[in-house]
Amino acid sequence: MSSFRIRSNDPIAPSVFRMEVEAPDIAKYRRAGQFVIVHPSGGRERIPLTIADADPVAGTITLVYQVVGRTTAEMALLPAGGDLGDVAGPLGKPTHVENFGTVVCVGGGIGVAPSHPIAQAMKSAGNRVISILGARTADLIIMEREMRLASDDVICVTDDGSYGRKGLVTDALKDLLDDPSAPVNLVVAIGPPVMMKAVSELTRPYGVKTFVSLNTVMIDGTGMCGGCRVTVGGKTKFVCVDGPEFDGHGVDFDGMMRRQRMYSADEKVSYQAFLKEHGCRLEERIRELKRG
Amino acid sequence: MAEKLTPRQRLAIPPVPMREQDPLERRRNIREVPFGYSPEEAMLEASRCLLCRNKPCIEGCPVAVDIPGFIDLVSQGLFNQAAELIRKTNCLPAVCGRVCPQEEQCQAVCTVAKSHKDQAMSVQIGKLERFVADWDREHPVDGDGDRAVKPTGRKVAIIGSGPGGLTAAGDLADAGHEVTIFEALHRTGGVLVYGIPEFRLPKDIVEFEVEGLVRRGVNIVTNVAIGKSKSVDDLFAEGFDAIFIATGAGLPWFKNIPGEDSLGVYSANEYLTRANLMDAYRFGDGSDTPIMRGKTVVTFGGGNVAMDAARTALRLGADESIIVYRRSLAEMPARIEEIHHAQEEGVRFELLQDAVEIVADEAGWVTGVTCQKMALGEPDRSGRPRPVPIPGSEFVMPCSVVICAIGNGANPILTEATPAIETGKWGNIVADPVTGRTSMKGVWAGGDIVRGGATVILAMGDGRRAAESINEYLRTGVW
Ligand SMILES: Cc1cc2nc3c(=O)[nH]c(=O)nc-3n(C[C@H](O)[C@H](O)[C@H](O)COP(=O)(O)OP(=O)(O)OC[C@H]3O[C@@H](n4cnc5c(N)ncnc54)[C@H](O)[C@@H]3O)c2cc1C
Ligand SMILES: Cc1cc2nc3c(=O)[nH]c(=O)nc-3n(C[C@H](O)[C@H](O)[C@H](O)COP(=O)(O)OP(=O)(O)OC[C@H]3O[C@@H](n4cnc5c(N)ncnc54)[C@H](O)[C@@H]3O)c2cc1C
Ligand code: SF4
Ligand code: SF4
Ligand code: FES
Repeated sequence: MSSFRIRSNDPIAPSVFRMEVEAPDIAKYRRAGQFVIVHPSGGRERIPLTIADADPVAGTITLVYQVVGRTTAEMALLPAGGDLGDVAGPLGKPTHVENFGTVVCVGGGIGVAPSHPIAQAMKSAGNRVISILGARTADLIIMEREMRLASDDVICVTDDGSYGRKGLVTDALKDLLDDPSAPVNLVVAIGPPVMMKAVSELTRPYGVKTFVSLNTVMIDGTGMCGGCRVTVGGKTKFVCVDGPEFDGHGVDFDGMMRRQRMYSADEKVSYQAFLKEHGCRLEERIRELKRG
Repeated sequence: MAEKLTPRQRLAIPPVPMREQDPLERRRNIREVPFGYSPEEAMLEASRCLLCRNKPCIEGCPVAVDIPGFIDLVSQGLFNQAAELIRKTNCLPAVCGRVCPQEEQCQAVCTVAKSHKDQAMSVQIGKLERFVADWDREHPVDGDGDRAVKPTGRKVAIIGSGPGGLTAAGDLADAGHEVTIFEALHRTGGVLVYGIPEFRLPKDIVEFEVEGLVRRGVNIVTNVAIGKSKSVDDLFAEGFDAIFIATGAGLPWFKNIPGEDSLGVYSANEYLTRANLMDAYRFGDGSDTPIMRGKTVVTFGGGNVAMDAARTALRLGADESIIVYRRSLAEMPARIEEIHHAQEEGVRFELLQDAVEIVADEAGWVTGVTCQKMALGEPDRSGRPRPVPIPGSEFVMPCSVVICAIGNGANPILTEATPAIETGKWGNIVADPVTGRTSMKGVWAGGDIVRGGATVILAMGDGRRAAESINEYLRTGVW
């Protein structure tokens, strides 16, 4: 049976970790926009995470994840040198990459991680890539260095103005869309559903094609359960096999956000139980960020 | 049996029932429903077989188990030998004994049933097969288990670890090929582990069979979805000489009625996967897989899958579990035994009605199902009477969880990525009915991906025939 050895697993922002895992086949076959399904140990829910980077020579993939509940918290406690239960993938349709002209990649919060391989791929296809990185506050901006390498220009935006421009990613995007000297040909928006919805609403009147990457609840990631379904253009789609990327102008975001909340109560129970037992260790791990 | 019984004496013995958990108790636990035969009960049941010379039962079995042969051994108390005989044609007898639709197959044509003009009087072939397999598992005999096979140096890939894939893998490993099974999920067994619930098919039985394959040298690689993680061409490039596809019918159908994406609406696949494969039964007690536990759960459909979902709902604590089916009990495709078990456990059957809408509250949570009454009309293409809606008969059935168990289609992830494999109208792979060969050289297919939702034993039969054809191809090189 396969084993997925953890090379490194470190905090890169408050509650955000970067994990490098040995998975040679995934590193070899993955393409931008694809994800893996991770199952850290038996009896647990499986969760999807985007492949934020891969090194086919070293045979490793990089996952960047935010601790939001039990499974991600459990991952944060795994030591380098340990094993990451099951990792299935690459899954999902790869991003449609071609030379569109100018592509704006909008990444909100943890959504910067999935934007990274897309920005890379768009750039190597010859596009001019402008990335907008948004977060609530300065230390939640992640992967700025990597995004600078993958883009021609990077604009950072924080809600509280503690870093870069003050405001929302949509403010920065609007300025780009309004600039007649540099037309935008494609927008790729990844982040919280409210952000993707706002970006799609913003670009609609401009008629600028907008891809969004949806993060519905998934359990198998192979099209077998239908739990990840969402309405796009009036049709039911399975995000894991028909997506995760869709035309943002057709997505029923409200329906999707509703379905994301399906297990909120149970998730809270699981997470609280976990924190009671391992909360101190988790805090300690998150504090490593400040030290190192 | 000391002395030989006459056929008349044999016919006079009533079928030996299998003891079962009390319905009111079992509806709240996930343990298996029947307890199995004791050796005495099995030998008594075996003595009902007439050992017919024309052996109609064998023809009724899709893999031609030597039924009178093994039953004769059971009647002599030679249980391990009986198991060995069954395994010559059926490598998963503990599974088939439990889930085969025997009443339509081997037992449908049994001479004893015919003499009594009563299907229920047939020799209980399935129960005997189950007994023998369980006995053999619990009382293993040492010996010629590991016959050394000569390696052929050829490599075969099996895609999908359901009954079709497992059967082919066993046969091909026994022929000396190096066999690797690729499975998309993290556990092996296909529907046997993610779909059919524990109370009908304990998972350790499937695990035991899989371990047996590993001991016979089969490699198992989980977490790889062929078509996504890597392609069929990649497998050939990795040096596989032949590929057998048994990816099942894993794409859940929904009814496409309003309200289907409300909170609390599941496909049976998702509901059963959460419960079985991901242990949601034990949420908060070693498992953190959530599942909605409604007070009233409504399941659409009338097949085995619907029965499994409705009975699982009871085990997850539902006060009421209701099946809504468009036709009448007589047309239900589920096995009689399953319908009977569900009824005993208190599943309510609402027949001759169909859901037309799912109703939800403002926050999106399911509050009920709008149903419409149906009448039976002219037979349709399936030969069953067509349900005809009765206008103005709509009413709302309150509930908080809805499970859609109306069938599965072919999962397209492999075929979409492999255009060289011809598919039919419903996305199923087109394969030669005898050999299982597809339109792509070196690629075979069988089981539900070819047949649509069928049965365990048919998938196994396909696996076996494909293995034969693969052996021949690897020997002769002729496609
Ligand atoms: C295609 C895809 C790619 C993703 N990529 C990333 C990534 O690169 N980095 C990252 O931090 N997050 C990513 N996510 C989100 C990530 O899967 C969830 O944060 C994670 O499942 C939370 O699990 P948990 O047990 O820690 O939290 P929980 O307490 O279980 O849940 C917290 C919230 O996470 C979401 N969630 C819960 N279970 C699932 C599930 N099985 N599948 C999807 N979402 C779920 C729900 O919205 C829930 O309210 C991605 C999601 C999708 C669908
Ligand atoms: C709830 C339920 C109850 C049932 N009850 C009965 C019963 O009582 N009696 C009976 O005879 N039959 C029953 N059936 C039907 C029976 O289970 C199926 O006919 C049988 O399992 C089909 O076997 P298979 O080998 O074709 O595929 P499956 O058992 O469907 O297995 C296919 C496997 O392939 C994997 N896979 C799919 N795509 C890929 C890919 N691209 N790459 C790698 N792996 C992949 C899947 O994850 C799965 O594990 C039931 C089915 C269900 C769903
Ligand atoms: S495999 Fe199924 S059909 Fe064949 S004898 Fe056994 S129970 Fe009957
Ligand atoms: S048909 Fe019935 S009685 Fe005859 S051999 Fe088969 S099982 Fe025995
Ligand atoms: S996660 Fe099950 S179908 Fe998409």
